Amino acid sequence: MVRILSILVGLFFTVALAWSFVLGAITAATEPAPAMVEHEFHVAPKNVHFSFDGPFGKFDNQQLQRGFQVYKEVCSACHALKHVAFRDLAALGYTEAEVKAIAAGFQVPGTDPNTGEETLRPGMATDYFPSPFANDVAARAANNNAIPPDLSLITKARHHGSAYVYSLLTGYQEQPAELLKEFPDAKTPAGLHYNPYFPNLNLAMAPPLAAGQIEYGDGTKASVDQMSKDVAAFLTWAAEPKLEKRKQTGWPVLGFLLFATILGYMSYRNIWADKKH
Amino acid sequence: MSFPWANEYKPSHPFMKWMDEKLPLPRLVYNSVGSGYPVPRNLNYFWNFGILALVCLTLQIVTGIVMAMHYAANAQVAFDTVEHTMRDVNWGWLMRYAHANGASAFFVVIYIHIFRGFFYGSYKAPREMVWLLGVVIFLLMMATAFMGYVLPWGQMSFWGAKVITGLFSAIPLVGEPIQQWLLGGFAPDNAALNRFFSLHYLLPFVIVGVVILHIWALHIPGSSNPTGVEVKSESDTIPFYPYYIAKDGWAVGAFAFLFCAVLFFFPNALGHPDNYIPANPMSTPAHIVPEWYFWPFYAILRAFTQDFFFIPAKLMGVLAMFGSILVWFFLPWLDKSPVRSGTYRPMFKKFFWFGLIPAMAVLFYCGGAPAEEPFVMLSQIASLYYFAHFLIILPIVSAIEKPLPLPYSITESVLGKDEAAQLAPAQTATA
Repeated sequence: MVRILSILVGLFFTVALAWSFVLGAITAATEPAPAMVEHEFHVAPKNVHFSFDGPFGKFDNQQLQRGFQVYKEVCSACHALKHVAFRDLAALGYTEAEVKAIAAGFQVPGTDPNTGEETLRPGMATDYFPSPFANDVAARAANNNAIPPDLSLITKARHHGSAYVYSLLTGYQEQPAELLKEFPDAKTPAGLHYNPYFPNLNLAMAPPLAAGQIEYGDGTKASVDQMSKDVAAFLTWAAEPKLEKRKQTGWPVLGFLLFATILGYMSYRNIWADKKH
Repeated sequence: MSFPWANEYKPSHPFMKWMDEKLPLPRLVYNSVGSGYPVPRNLNYFWNFGILALVCLTLQIVTGIVMAMHYAANAQVAFDTVEHTMRDVNWGWLMRYAHANGASAFFVVIYIHIFRGFFYGSYKAPREMVWLLGVVIFLLMMATAFMGYVLPWGQMSFWGAKVITGLFSAIPLVGEPIQQWLLGGFAPDNAALNRFFSLHYLLPFVIVGVVILHIWALHIPGSSNPTGVEVKSESDTIPFYPYYIAKDGWAVGAFAFLFCAVLFFFPNALGHPDNYIPANPMSTPAHIVPEWYFWPFYAILRAFTQDFFFIPAKLMGVLAMFGSILVWFFLPWLDKSPVRSGTYRPMFKKFFWFGLIPAMAVLFYCGGAPAEEPFVMLSQIASLYYFAHFLIILPIVSAIEKPLPLPYSITESVLGKDEAAQLAPAQTATA
């Protein structure tokens, strides 16, 4: 009885699935899915190497400091970094005095000690990076109706995040002629910018970097490629400041576990030596 | 509740004697995971996964309790408190990555544990209750994992909560009110986040309770074994301590090694980047996918693309998704073959390795893929096989199959010699 019922229930589901399958197959055969411009022209991030790649990877503090300079002088005009505090910058090799000076260079929201009114005051080491806009409405209004995302987690919030940031910053280009030939309606709208590394190909952010735009303190030549790579490295640190500590902790942990497992295996062999199994 | 030849607990120290009279806890330990618990001598490494599951559960509870100390279940700040844990709490990143990857490890282990049961017929008499409790644990795990994934309040948290509670809206007439009741609102928000946190903290302890019942029920008939032949004599068994403690010990070490390799070097490999974007009810992610361990069931849900007579496609999908796990409850009565182990079941073995395993692999793959062709068609074929396997093929195969000859006893299967096996009971009789 149980089996008869079970076969009936089984037939119910399998026939329903077969029905879905047949109709789906007919649709797939007769109406091929329309080609999508995002499918055909979106490309995966470039293959780029960073010092923090791999199990032994470490941050390059010089590079992080350069990347921070790019963020401070370019990105921070529109993008917040709200999970990062100025005190965190000590990890990049800045001294306490330098951190305080950097913080003081930013205006953060505060309260006027005399009137109690909301005001701006110079930042302190314990403050977090301030948002460039008062709220999302202000951010939209200033940026062609797009909100510049907070960058504190951007490299973890995108597939292959570090390479993605680098590719996006170096990926602006003219819309390819084949694209317009194949998809005449897909012309990049006014105010947007074509970038094949962006999921829907058209990005509200104008190309933010130009060669020689900033002057690196360490004398490195500020090409677009160099700045993109540096800021991608800095944002990777911002998204995962514990990356280096994590990898460095991993090795002794694995070493210990390997040792303990080998000992465990040997005692297992020893204990079972007289037992056939 | 154990075999007559089980070692008896004999406390020698006066304190242990005193303790044994007042609270025989050492006796319980001795009889459940000590020398007093005889276990088949021929268990292979698939039998280590129960202990590994217990290790995972413990890991999740310990890391989870620590994380709850730094977390706030409020939609305004939940995402930020998780980031605070990652950045400013001492070893907070380790706790969080261990917890997130611990969930994945738990499911890896539990899927192997379940498929061990499928292949070796662990669900059959006299262990039906062990199996039923196991399915209950699995369902509780799924609920716990789903609610835990909502807590960081990222994009996938929010949209996952919306999609999964939305499944209940497929129920005719009362569906929408049920969804609103579950969420405490029209969309996931503070009410949902708070109750999910509350339940996410509660359910693991419910799981602990059911695990205790699971082990209790197991220890009545004792463990099954790869031959599926029940224990006949003392020579079929060895004491849990030291033999299986040693074997489990090194297995736990190997598991911890693999787990830590992922934890320290690929902690985000199993997660979705979108969950590092704070929840935004106004922006739907391009592809809403659950965590990898739900992919087979998500694929079954999405495989139903057509209304079936008067039943809407969505309702069919929901019925099938829940049905795909509920069918496991009936397994002991669907598979009536008297032979437990798949090793001795030629037809069953073929359907298992060339049917069920590939179908599950396809479902895993398609559940994580976007809802487009060919993934939809592939998941339809795989889902079709899945239901056919449990509901049609198993009942028929178990009725018509001619199993291979079984060894007389575990001892015979281990020592290979008939005389050895025949001798064993006699030896114990004289001893």
